[in-house]
Amino acid sequence: MYSYSNFDAAFVRDRVKEFRGQVERRLDGSLTEDEFKPLRLMNGLYLQLHAYMLRVAIPYGTLNGAQMRQLAHIADKWDKGYGHLTTRQNIQFNWPKLKDVPDILDALADVSMHAIQTSGNCIRNVTADHFAGAAADEIEDPRPTAELIRQWSTDHPEFAYLPRKFKVAVTGAPNDRAVTKAHDIGLRMVRNKAGEPGYEVVIGGGLGRTPMIGKVVRDFLPRADLLAYLEAILQVYNLSGRRDNKYKARIKILVHETGLEELKARIEETFARNQTLLEPVDAGVVARINASFAPPEWDRRAVPDIPHLDAGFRSFLDTNIAAHKQSDYAIVTVSTKPIGGTPGDVTSEQMRVLADLAERYSHDELRISHEQNVILPHVHRADLAVIYGRLREAGLHTANIGLVSDIIACPGMDYCALATARSIPVAQKISEAFSDLQAQHDIGDLKIKISGCINACGHHHVGHIGILGLDRAGVENYQITLGGDGTETAAIGERTGPGFAYDEIVPAIERIVNAYLDIRESAEEAFLDTYRRVGAEPFKAVLYPESNKANAA
Amino acid sequence: MSQLINKTGFIEDDWQGEILPFDAFWNGQDLPEEEPFGVAIDVATDPFDLQPWFGRVDMIVIPFAGFADGRGFSLARKLRQLGYQGRIRAQGHLLVDQFRAAMRVGIDQLEISDDLAARMPEHQWKAVPLSDSYQSHLNAA
Repeated sequence: MYSYSNFDAAFVRDRVKEFRGQVERRLDGSLTEDEFKPLRLMNGLYLQLHAYMLRVAIPYGTLNGAQMRQLAHIADKWDKGYGHLTTRQNIQFNWPKLKDVPDILDALADVSMHAIQTSGNCIRNVTADHFAGAAADEIEDPRPTAELIRQWSTDHPEFAYLPRKFKVAVTGAPNDRAVTKAHDIGLRMVRNKAGEPGYEVVIGGGLGRTPMIGKVVRDFLPRADLLAYLEAILQVYNLSGRRDNKYKARIKILVHETGLEELKARIEETFARNQTLLEPVDAGVVARINASFAPPEWDRRAVPDIPHLDAGFRSFLDTNIAAHKQSDYAIVTVSTKPIGGTPGDVTSEQMRVLADLAERYSHDELRISHEQNVILPHVHRADLAVIYGRLREAGLHTANIGLVSDIIACPGMDYCALATARSIPVAQKISEAFSDLQAQHDIGDLKIKISGCINACGHHHVGHIGILGLDRAGVENYQITLGGDGTETAAIGERTGPGFAYDEIVPAIERIVNAYLDIRESAEEAFLDTYRRVGAEPFKAVLYPESNKANAA
Repeated sequence: MSQLINKTGFIEDDWQGEILPFDAFWNGQDLPEEEPFGVAIDVATDPFDLQPWFGRVDMIVIPFAGFADGRGFSLARKLRQLGYQGRIRAQGHLLVDQFRAAMRVGIDQLEISDDLAARMPEHQWKAVPLSDSYQSHLNAA
């Protein structure tokens, strides 16, 4: 794992001090509320429906046990004893008081953490494959690239007041677990014909009210050119992106309105100039970053046979374990989505259990996934049974990864000032409707994603089943999209038709799932495959039986 | 009236010369021969179009209509990247909190309104640490 240099440590302390000063200058009138707003946002502080919310950065989702334990401490001391994992691999605290925030930031700095650029119109916390450095299918660990981008983008003087927020994701595996095609910039680590490492660069992806799949702007970018190329994209965007309408200000709209070829020409022209002007990245910095992500020293123990598995452990092994590079190791995904729970909420007690498990059994590493779960990336298979036991005691053993109740949901109207409908209760009710885990296993791989407004924080556009909560004349109304996909075969889901009332949405989802079970060719044909084979019609037929009858009449 | 600020704090305006609009290069206006002259650009100006005159221009004035509009930071940096070595003045609504970034992209001085200067007095600007940055660290030879 990356550990802070003296410079990193001094930098985050300076930023805490600066923010403390900004809070004071807001209170003494030096800063107006309008002027203070972007400054607090760039330090992760939102004003929500009921209170401030602090979003803490977990760069590319990686943290260690001591850091997780400190998050537990912060939750207990300054919040209500829990935190919420986000779809950008961060953690949010929902109830901090403004006067406490500088102290919270200092507590974060104590364990090499911060809340910088987790909000605002700047380059946000860079995300990466949550199985980085562990996944069996990985070509290369994306985290050294993500860390380099973190350093480059932090407090970048040119790019702190962009037209709109800017998100970058990196993947080093052919199976895209980082939703790179729905980012402002998505980077896929590839090799060219000569076998040299580089990146495929995708721009202009995004969800929100105008969902778009990113487009390839560069097939192969040599690794050494990365920052010069990113600078070029950002400079072109900063100078040409729309500032007249915040809903048209993301780079995806610039790509759409300018055209990929024209924009590419401008980027390449700026890049060519950058190549001659910008100093190359210091080799010592790169070497230090690379060294910090060297694999841990693997533990060589026998993997014992466990003759009599109990049913719970067996289904946990079925769903929550992924293949590791080392055949005697496993990647364990811990679900934060017990039946009827709030997706992504973790109590301070659970955080401490996870910290402890990471330190003892996962080479002191944890990951947060954009699917709001927690990952123990390096677990020796001999330790799986004892880990399962500890997770069960902590209520963290739900065996539902990738299944119908492993739902992504934004905070929705329970917390968020922008929301137009509730998300969390819908997730809870769906999860209760499918409470039988055995039935969930039969249904198989099915991603449901719920957003409580058009800004799409719950990624509903890329859910196999997406749910979008809107406000229709003061009444919650939920639209359904089908066929979305956030992986390397990315697709935006298609709307089925009119929305459903709050008390109709869960039965509607049940009808979709039952229809799938009826028409799938075999248990091996996953929901998304069935949808791609038969299209939306059979699902519309069960969603809107009345209009069907009307058509037939 | 307005207040000028640079790394040393609040300063008097020592500029003596004309400040022409960017269009002056095209509309046939006589350019001053002897005296220093400056050019006031628009946020939509491409610094590339100004490059032929870099040797003759002593000051470029970049407008900041609002502090949240960050185009001026890119304009200044692009001017420097293209080789402009004269003075760059940022004019308009800029906060103490943006001073560090302004200096780093190559802006030499800021011109803000007296009202803003009263709200953000000199000691606040002088307290901004202009210490090194991630970007200078990454490129350290």
